[in-house]
Amino acid sequence: MKIDPQCRYTKSHEWARKEDDLIVIGITDYAQQTLSDIVYVELPEEGDEITKGEAFGVVESVKAASDIYAPVSGEVVAVNEKLEDEPELVNSDPFGEGWLIKVRPDDAGEMDELLTPEDYEKVVAEEEAH
Amino acid sequence: MTEPLIFELSIPGRKGVRLPELDVPESELPADLLRDDLPLPEVSEVDVVRHYLRLSQLNYAVDKGIYPLGSCTMKYNPKINEVAARLPGFVGIHPLQDELTVQGALYLMYHLQEQLKAISGFDAISLQPAAGAHGELTGVLIMRKYHLDRGETQRDTMLIPDSAHGTNPASTSMSGLRVVEIPSDARGNVDLEAMKAYMNERLIGIMITNPNTLGLFDENLEAICQMVHEAGGLVYGDGANMNALMGIMRPAEIGIDVMHFNLHKTFSTPHGGGGPGSGPVGVVAKLADFLPAPIVVKEVDAEEEAEEEAPLYTFYDPPKSIGRVKSFWGHFSVMIKAYTYIRMLGDEGVRRAAEYAVLNANYLLSRIRDVYPLPYDRICKHEFVVEGRFEDAPGVRALDIAKRLIDYGVHPPTNYFPLIVHEALMIEPTETESKQEVDRYADILLKIAEEAKTDPDLLHEAPHNAPVRRLDEVYAARQKILRYRRDQQ
Repeated sequence: MKIDPQCRYTKSHEWARKEDDLIVIGITDYAQQTLSDIVYVELPEEGDEITKGEAFGVVESVKAASDIYAPVSGEVVAVNEKLEDEPELVNSDPFGEGWLIKVRPDDAGEMDELLTPEDYEKVVAEEEAH
Repeated sequence: MTEPLIFELSIPGRKGVRLPELDVPESELPADLLRDDLPLPEVSEVDVVRHYLRLSQLNYAVDKGIYPLGSCTMKYNPKINEVAARLPGFVGIHPLQDELTVQGALYLMYHLQEQLKAISGFDAISLQPAAGAHGELTGVLIMRKYHLDRGETQRDTMLIPDSAHGTNPASTSMSGLRVVEIPSDARGNVDLEAMKAYMNERLIGIMITNPNTLGLFDENLEAICQMVHEAGGLVYGDGANMNALMGIMRPAEIGIDVMHFNLHKTFSTPHGGGGPGSGPVGVVAKLADFLPAPIVVKEVDAEEEAEEEAPLYTFYDPPKSIGRVKSFWGHFSVMIKAYTYIRMLGDEGVRRAAEYAVLNANYLLSRIRDVYPLPYDRICKHEFVVEGRFEDAPGVRALDIAKRLIDYGVHPPTNYFPLIVHEALMIEPTETESKQEVDRYADILLKIAEEAKTDPDLLHEAPHNAPVRRLDEVYAARQKILRYRRDQQ
């Protein structure tokens, strides 16, 4: 399982990464492995507001449909449109080409409240043991 | 596929029926309504009969063998239910007939309401919802209207445990309410601590599935109901797992305010292709006025005065009803089957069915528990959840086990649900399987666990003996072909 050291994480398996004054959001490698083959990704539109902790989209695999929760609050400024035809990018490259949305955060400080890569690794280990 | 589509059997000019000679003047159809591009299959009667018989033989059904699909209660459906539903007096009536002329049908609906009240402890029942999730939606709309009627318009939050049925969040969202997921604790109960943060004036209530999707009776159920009631909320009970409780525990007595029944699960009316569902909703007295219209009531006066013109049983619209949820009077033929089932079993039989369902599940669990990992180790109710993975067979997943079961001529259990268990296999044998059948299923599961170690490819490539081999579900979901077009084949 890969963990990107540049990212911060949520307990619900989203990652967030600073890119200039924007924040890129996706789901983790562990999340895509657990979901298995992803067949559909439902995302918000550019200009939509998302709220930290609330669902902003859905990933659907052959096993389950799961909500994706916002790691930070802000305005959606870009959506990965490639996923419409190639949802499998989330499986093959969850931290890269499989990114979901880019957000202009309301409060850049919210990033610091998220889990560090080390803490996230512990969350995953705990879930695996359960 | 070993059987072609009926369109592919078509031979130009072949006919299955010959219309009688026209004995009225022929009239011309308007030219704009005529078309010659309809690719209807041209087949004979024998083509049709053989095609559908072959299809039915490729299918698996509970009349063929054990069907332990967890959460679905695939019990055997006694044939007397079908006999009753086909009685000419029931088959020949029309929903627009005057009440006076269909008193027998209303009698049946009234007494089915009474039976369900006796089993659940609720004060009023509506038989209208068409199936389980429809019953949920109806129940949630009743909860919402109850709060609105009291002027508590700010209530918008529904708590849903992560061990609840997957339709619960959908029913809540469809009602315009906010869903908050509540985690389970280490014993598989609802986490009471996690609930506390939501005990405020925004609470609509909680939707609780009990026994939950782990097949466990929530040990805190009474405390949960009390906590929600103190915060002004209502408790919705998902009655899909009523097969573990009927005749033993009445949900209303423990604090549940509204619940749907699945007549097609608990009360042995066929599922899916075998007939429509039916999801009656029961409520406590303070919610009775909100039930969807109509319900059937008995006119006590009419009985006393014995006036021939007054109907004894009549339809009644509750005064604050959420409205209609179904055209006409619900799925009446399903009600006949459920009523017949309950009458055939009697009070004792209803209770025994639940006891045997729980006994069968615990017996099967005891046979396989040393081989299949059990995440929540407790006495189960009518079903249980194990993990479909083994430490010494790392490549094998629940899906492989499910597909391999097909090779042994039995139906796989529900897999990958509930989501809180890795590689979940959710097994519900039901009370209608004998000890011999349950033993046979256990033997097969143990044999497959052995194969997982000695010959994992046998599982990865399963099924080997089915009409079709392993289907590529990912390809099917990504490259959807949703309709047949002859010109594209």
